[in-house]
Amino acid sequence: MSAVDLTGQDSRGRVYWLLADVWNIVRRGLTHYQRQPVNIAWQLGFPILSVLLYGYVFGSAMKVPGGGDYKDFLMPGMFVMTMAFGFINTATLVVYDSTKGVIDRFRSMPMASSAVVAGRGITDLIAACAELAIMMLTAVAMGWRPDGGLGFLAAFGLLLWLRFALIWIGVWLGLMVPNPEAAGGLFAVAFPLTMISSIFVAPQLMPDWLGTVAAWNPISSTAAATRELFGTPVGGGDSWVEQHSLLMAGVWPVVLTAIFLPLAVRRFRKLSR
Amino acid sequence: MTDGYAVRAEALEKRYGEKRALDGFDLTVREGTVHGLLGPNGAGKTTAVRILSTLLRLDGGHATVAGLDVVRHSGEVRARIGLTGQYAAVDEVLTGRQNLEMFGRLFHLGGRRARLRAVELLDQFDLTDAADKGVGKYSGGMRRRLDLAASMILAPAVLFLDEPTTGLDPRSRGEVWESVRALVAGGTTVLLTTQYLEEADKLASHITVIDQGRAIADDTPDGLKNRIGGDRIEVVVAERSDIARVVKVVARVSDGEPESDETELRVHAPVADRVAALTDVARTLQDEGVRVEDIGLRRPSLDDVFLRLTGHRTDVSEPKEAAA
Repeated sequence: MSAVDLTGQDSRGRVYWLLADVWNIVRRGLTHYQRQPVNIAWQLGFPILSVLLYGYVFGSAMKVPGGGDYKDFLMPGMFVMTMAFGFINTATLVVYDSTKGVIDRFRSMPMASSAVVAGRGITDLIAACAELAIMMLTAVAMGWRPDGGLGFLAAFGLLLWLRFALIWIGVWLGLMVPNPEAAGGLFAVAFPLTMISSIFVAPQLMPDWLGTVAAWNPISSTAAATRELFGTPVGGGDSWVEQHSLLMAGVWPVVLTAIFLPLAVRRFRKLSR
Repeated sequence: MTDGYAVRAEALEKRYGEKRALDGFDLTVREGTVHGLLGPNGAGKTTAVRILSTLLRLDGGHATVAGLDVVRHSGEVRARIGLTGQYAAVDEVLTGRQNLEMFGRLFHLGGRRARLRAVELLDQFDLTDAADKGVGKYSGGMRRRLDLAASMILAPAVLFLDEPTTGLDPRSRGEVWESVRALVAGGTTVLLTTQYLEEADKLASHITVIDQGRAIADDTPDGLKNRIGGDRIEVVVAERSDIARVVKVVARVSDGEPESDETELRVHAPVADRVAALTDVARTLQDEGVRVEDIGLRRPSLDDVFLRLTGHRTDVSEPKEAAA
């Protein structure tokens, strides 16, 4: 029936095939970008636009406690915001696959089903690297001057570390919401959550109670920590969580992963119930 | 090992809270045949297919596919089945070729064999011309064919088709039927769920009727039709005043009480000896000078069978059965 030999595909070990499966899912995700250049433009264009708008429109009017440059305050915040919104992207792609039956097809095949989620996560991290690189170049063009070296790399790492934790929220939500349109609605939830943080405005300039909430927002820690690592530590508050932003930028993603990874796995398992 | 049966399911149970989606469902499918699983919305068709294709865990009972237990040997079952669900589960962004190559690699064929197999399947499913177009630009029928091709990558022993033509126009439906026939000719066993009686009648050599999670009939299409009585003679007259006379004539040859329909000017009744009954009635009516518009023998359709067995019609306008 087929001229191709369809037998003997299991001659190599399980680990080999797990890695191969993950790579094939990643490859699929990257091919999507290649086939939809408009999507790349949109996904990268939005952060660039944000940097330009917030930088120039708000930049002149915004104050930074202690009198630093608002650009130094804003840029790391913008990077964090882009990482934070990334979970919507993850959720949208997951809900699309699950409602169109693609996840069911994968699950009915002799591949490792964990590769479906792992591949999604790795693809999203690769996309995040590209987004960060483009935004940083834009920021530099606008006069942002971070320190180079290890601090810079550590900041880059912390940003990806946050994005990694948010993958699991994205997968979990993607398996919960009923359709891709609903996933788009997540933006309305995410936007206020990113506003009530130290991304745009220093928490100590907010009303007391709101400032406390903003300071304890996990993404505030990443923003403050990266400002420090980029060598532009502006507008840090004096509450405990703000004083320990480096530590908390490492801890928050662990906490988020500890909560949402099991939830995502449980949700995935529930597909067979 | 398979003793001639590609699928064997005994007393399958699946509960969702209080609701019993499957309630002691039995099914046997002979190797190399198309077996229709026919039932109304929510009858349990999709649940049965999802259990047999290892996507859902069962709460009770026992099932083997290609001779392997679907619970204990789910991994090996997956290497021997293909599944085409209610949606065309292909990647809409990738091209047809990229889809088949990706699925081929995920079936662990390796890059080279996946490429070769994709070329072969594109040709077999008549998609070579559209191979390098994005699937988003495909018609419904083409998408379905690609979906079928993806289920066929490993030339599976058993193929599950869950309502493969739902939402397709008649032409695309014909295309899918052609593909299914070709697959069976190549030795694949097909379990087909459908709400379209015509589809089961055309494709399946054996049909199981499912209602409320249970198999309520299991037979050939002809056997099912025979079950609700055999053929009927049907006479349509030109004048309403003739109906009473026709009823009398038909009653002489019929097995049961003739039924008449005043608005359609139609009289019909079950008959045992088809040809004798037809000639007798035609001659007598001619002798009596009754003006006959139409006269003939009608086999009961699967629709009639379905109505009789389940007490309700298949209704395709209802919302779809939940995928879970």
